[in-house]
Amino acid sequence: MSSRDLILSRIRAAVAGAPETEIPRAYARGGASGADLADLFAERVRDYRAAVRAVPADGVADAVAAALAARGARRLAVPAGLPEEWLAGTEAERVADEPPLTPAALDGLDGVITGCAVAIAATGTIVLDAGPGQGRRALTLVPDYHLCVVTAGQIVDGVPAALERLDPLAPLTWISGPSATSDIELNRVEGVHGPRTLEVVIAL
Amino acid sequence: MSGGTFLGMPAFPEASAAAVRDSQLRFNLRKATHTIRGKRAAVVGELDDWAELRAAGKAIKDETLRNLDRYLLQLEEAVTRAGGTVHWAADAAEANRIVAGLVKATGETSVVKVKSMATQEIGLNEALAAEGVAAYETDLAELIVQLGDDWPSHILVPAIHRNRAEIREIFLREMPDAPRDLADDPRALAEAARLHLRDRFLSARVAVSGANFMVAETGTLVVLESEGNGRMCLTLPETLISVVGIEKVVPTWRDLEVFLQLLPRSSTGERMNPYTSTWTGVTPGDGPREFHLVLLDNGRTSVLADEVGRQALRCIRCSACLNVCPVYERAGGHAYGSVYPGPIGAILTPQLRGLDSPLDNSLPYASTLCGACYDVCPVAIDIPSVLVDLRAKAVRAGGHRAERAGMRAARWLFSREVRLARAQRLAGRLRRFVPGRLPGPGAAWTDTRDLPPIPEESFRDWWTRTSGGAKP
Repeated sequence: MSSRDLILSRIRAAVAGAPETEIPRAYARGGASGADLADLFAERVRDYRAAVRAVPADGVADAVAAALAARGARRLAVPAGLPEEWLAGTEAERVADEPPLTPAALDGLDGVITGCAVAIAATGTIVLDAGPGQGRRALTLVPDYHLCVVTAGQIVDGVPAALERLDPLAPLTWISGPSATSDIELNRVEGVHGPRTLEVVIAL
Repeated sequence: MSGGTFLGMPAFPEASAAAVRDSQLRFNLRKATHTIRGKRAAVVGELDDWAELRAAGKAIKDETLRNLDRYLLQLEEAVTRAGGTVHWAADAAEANRIVAGLVKATGETSVVKVKSMATQEIGLNEALAAEGVAAYETDLAELIVQLGDDWPSHILVPAIHRNRAEIREIFLREMPDAPRDLADDPRALAEAARLHLRDRFLSARVAVSGANFMVAETGTLVVLESEGNGRMCLTLPETLISVVGIEKVVPTWRDLEVFLQLLPRSSTGERMNPYTSTWTGVTPGDGPREFHLVLLDNGRTSVLADEVGRQALRCIRCSACLNVCPVYERAGGHAYGSVYPGPIGAILTPQLRGLDSPLDNSLPYASTLCGACYDVCPVAIDIPSVLVDLRAKAVRAGGHRAERAGMRAARWLFSREVRLARAQRLAGRLRRFVPGRLPGPGAAWTDTRDLPPIPEESFRDWWTRTSGGAKP
């Protein structure tokens, strides 16, 4: 008997006669989205010690330019499909991921700028799905600085609403603040292997 | 060190007695568990629907376990459709053999690892070492444990028993690239780990991970983490091998809306952990080109067969029960002699391994039955009830002979009214000869407890004599 058949037959024998269970879903599923949630989202992102700039929709280019200047970031990974107008105010060199950048090349950049697929207000989370303006996963992982632009329409209230908008077949990265560890005396320290600085621009 | 098996460890009472005399260990544990308790309570208190989420989490897991065969087949089909390969491992040896074979097929001699309880449980690192493959742990706490040639003592923070000064010493001793003037503040230590692992991540060709959840309907695997070491391992290498217990499956994508709320808040006490990665098979041009899923039984199906004990398989490895347990806080994780310490370990380990060794036989007693673990469990595992049930099994397995003899005598006594009445009268007459402390092994019991005084006259005799208090 193969291990597959063995395990399956053990399971069937183990649960024979066990009762079925109804799943109560009385928890809040929410579903609200939009600019009304921007304040909560910004507050929750700041709780993770990430910088947040909330600006009017036509102020993204200035905010991006200001953030990059403050950071001193001169060479940036720019994923395909990123709205060109977001970069209108900056002189920073744009490095395309075409052909794909090696991990070492990504490591040599000053940072990366992306959009996102969904943002969650209750938890201060941005979710990337490798869609336009986000690029493959390594792009937001290896560079030490990640600047993410979130538009008001992408903000949802909670986790259930976010999952509903996301495609499970896409590789997803949920990001809540900069990389961190609590492994030493359970003290939270920001900045381990992922980007040590996360900055979020919210376009209202 | 015998890896994940902890072979030959003493039973819990001996191991914990040594631990409670270690004042540094007790200080480290107390500080850490109390910090995390406060954080958890604050973020759980934020959600008005916590009780409803918990009820849903429990029910989803129960429903999954009831139909586990169906969901695993569905998962296998979905992962295969998405370009992954599914392997089935009945026990630890088979899982290790499969992983070693897959690594060797790539021609590589080292792998990077994401923290994973399942691979700890099967002793994968040692098995790979025996095959000439070096496994590098990349989670900071796992790295501390690995470099210190130590055992993990906590599910979430395996190095919780080490303080910053001890960690600094380990790094200076074992990390050739650590700065000689390394400070002992957590920030500097995390920086040293970042530098130490950076090149390894960027050049790794094979990674081994576990998973927190597997979604049957879509074939999606989910890993929650904090440091980004998980993302490094899941994204940069060409080959990814995930070893996952069969109980980690959830039926639908939607079910994640419950667990992605329950787990981070219960575990690290955060609204959300810094990074969660989800992937389905392989994605051309993004991440590993080859993906293998090893589904692990290793005793889980025998846990599933136990009507009371099977609820332990609902566990999502958050470690909230460790952080609130008065016994864990004082005894530490090593005394449990398993990669699963604390209250969940006390019910999971003896079920996975059986009650044959003195250590495993003693674990159901490593509890005061206070119930704090049940209160905080995000999937409502009634740990005290399972402990009591396991105690009965431990007695039947021949663990405590004196207790078994005592219980047999009690059954004989209580099964006939006349026997009880006669025994009570005898005890009343002999009461001045009954010592306040028991002799022999029973002294351990009376050291910390008073034996109840025996009355001159039993209640039954008093009732008969006075007609229920009507006559003087």
